[in-house]
Amino acid sequence: MNNLTQRARMQPVLGVGTGIAAFASAAIVFLILIFLLVFAWPAIRFNGSGILTGVIWNIGNQYGSSTVTHNGVTAQAGASFGGLVFVFGTIATSALAMVIAVPLSFLVAVALVYRVPRKLQPLANTLVELMAGVPSVVYGLWGIVVLVPWVGNQLGPFAQAHLSWVPLVRGETGSGNGLLAAGIILALMVLPIMVATLRDVILAQPPTIFEASMALGSTTWQAVTRAVFPSVRKGFLAAVLVALGRALGETMAVLMVCGAAINQFPSNIFQAVNTIAAVIVSQLDSALTDASGMAQRSLAELALVLFLITLVVNVVARLTLRGADRSAQ
Amino acid sequence: MRHQRISRLASRAWWSVSVLALAGVLVVLFGIFWFVAVRGVPALRPALFTTVTSGVAGGLENAIAGTLLLVGAGLVLVTLVGIGTAIWIVEYAPPRAQDVSRFLIDVLAGVPSIVVGYFLYVVLVEGLGWGFSLVAGAFALTIVMLPYVVRSSDLALSGVPQALREGAFALGARRATVLFGVAIPWAIPGMLTGLLVATGIGLGETAPLIYTAGWSNFMPSLAPTHSPVGYLTYVVWTFISQPFPQAHALAYAAAALLMIFIFLTNLVSRSAVEYWSARSRRG
Repeated sequence: MNNLTQRARMQPVLGVGTGIAAFASAAIVFLILIFLLVFAWPAIRFNGSGILTGVIWNIGNQYGSSTVTHNGVTAQAGASFGGLVFVFGTIATSALAMVIAVPLSFLVAVALVYRVPRKLQPLANTLVELMAGVPSVVYGLWGIVVLVPWVGNQLGPFAQAHLSWVPLVRGETGSGNGLLAAGIILALMVLPIMVATLRDVILAQPPTIFEASMALGSTTWQAVTRAVFPSVRKGFLAAVLVALGRALGETMAVLMVCGAAINQFPSNIFQAVNTIAAVIVSQLDSALTDASGMAQRSLAELALVLFLITLVVNVVARLTLRGADRSAQ
Repeated sequence: MRHQRISRLASRAWWSVSVLALAGVLVVLFGIFWFVAVRGVPALRPALFTTVTSGVAGGLENAIAGTLLLVGAGLVLVTLVGIGTAIWIVEYAPPRAQDVSRFLIDVLAGVPSIVVGYFLYVVLVEGLGWGFSLVAGAFALTIVMLPYVVRSSDLALSGVPQALREGAFALGARRATVLFGVAIPWAIPGMLTGLLVATGIGLGETAPLIYTAGWSNFMPSLAPTHSPVGYLTYVVWTFISQPFPQAHALAYAAAALLMIFIFLTNLVSRSAVEYWSARSRRG
């Protein structure tokens, strides 16, 4: 009894304590937004629309004392913080990843559900989980040592010899570091999210959908693509969007294989690119040397742009999922 | 008739494609495991565990200690804040606040970890002047792990049967008693699984630590601020681009250690789930 009253006395403390924890957790998103905005504000004024339209990223001349002032904000002379190359690279690598991963995850998920024997399914599920658990630097390491040389020495020359009529493949193929390697790595990294979700939503459907379609005379493949898949489409779409959000913000693996392009766009899928996330890491040392501090603030502005892009994608994913839940009821 | 035969052939062909796709993904996955094992395990000399990194050679003692310290500190924080948040959402929050906080936690899960890192760099490392430090790194990992812990604890607590709660209330138990005596014991397996999943994520993170924990060749000093901390993922990332074989060996060894840590976490979480569910079945 004593113990019980003691516990009961904790009740108001518990409500307040957990309330503070919950408030803190919920506030983090806003804190990120506000602090990045405040810190990046001078850069937002200095760069104007250039952060989204400019191509040249140059922290300016650090050796002279000459400075340049724009909108009342001062940076080193010659400074230009154009982020278009990175915004383009972020979208291009993720788009390529989705082009690879969406059909692949569909094929893998239906093979897992319908073609892997019941007994082996737990093992298959473990493998999907393990694949999701591989750290992004390990994907990057494999990318540097295995994938990039393969793209550079095998795939590139092959494409140059036989596929030069394809628009985005034509041209110099380079070392292998670039858009294609980044897209392949990202596709592998987001695959488990999509496969696991599609598998779960298919298994959550009543088997009668599949059986009814078979009874109407369809083949098993038709039953899956025309009867089962339409009933899980929204859930799959939500998973695709979550995966897209992940790909847009992925840093290390992309950084390690993208070729770290600055001030130039790729002319085909083999050439070097750069993403917002990757450039934030790779430009840190250089940004710290900027006497005016504007490079650091411009990186914060880029972080803000990335935050907003992923925010939109994730909110749309949430709304899709909510729609999927409602239509499932 | 002919039409039917074509669709049957097409069906068989597509199934072959899908099984091939599965096989292909498995080959790549095992290729990655094999690659890490073949290059990393031979590089795991005993001296790695007792010497610190010097330049691009030496051992990994500092990085191993740093990783465990950062993840450990992050876990303590995320257990308090994350499980606290979940308890509030399930037990105390009005329905509207429940929806809003779940939504915001989901949004947080989608924030790229590099953005979290840069945010803490601006606020803690520069703003408060803490410098690259253990606390800044642990905060970064906490924010990255938080959504997973909240979501799993939320699910686990929401899954407690209403009849069980009502029974306890009917016996005159108060809210806190029901929470600690009934709900949490029931939800513990789910909560633990969430924490272990978060541990795996924390172990493998790099991007949020670069800007917060920094890097150090020395053993972590345990000072909360003004003292950078090394960690394994940093070794993998930077040492592989050095032109020296001993740097590469360190990168492979660090990758192998990370994979071993993550496999172990996964294994523990699986056996914990099995143990707990077997126990609850026995009653």
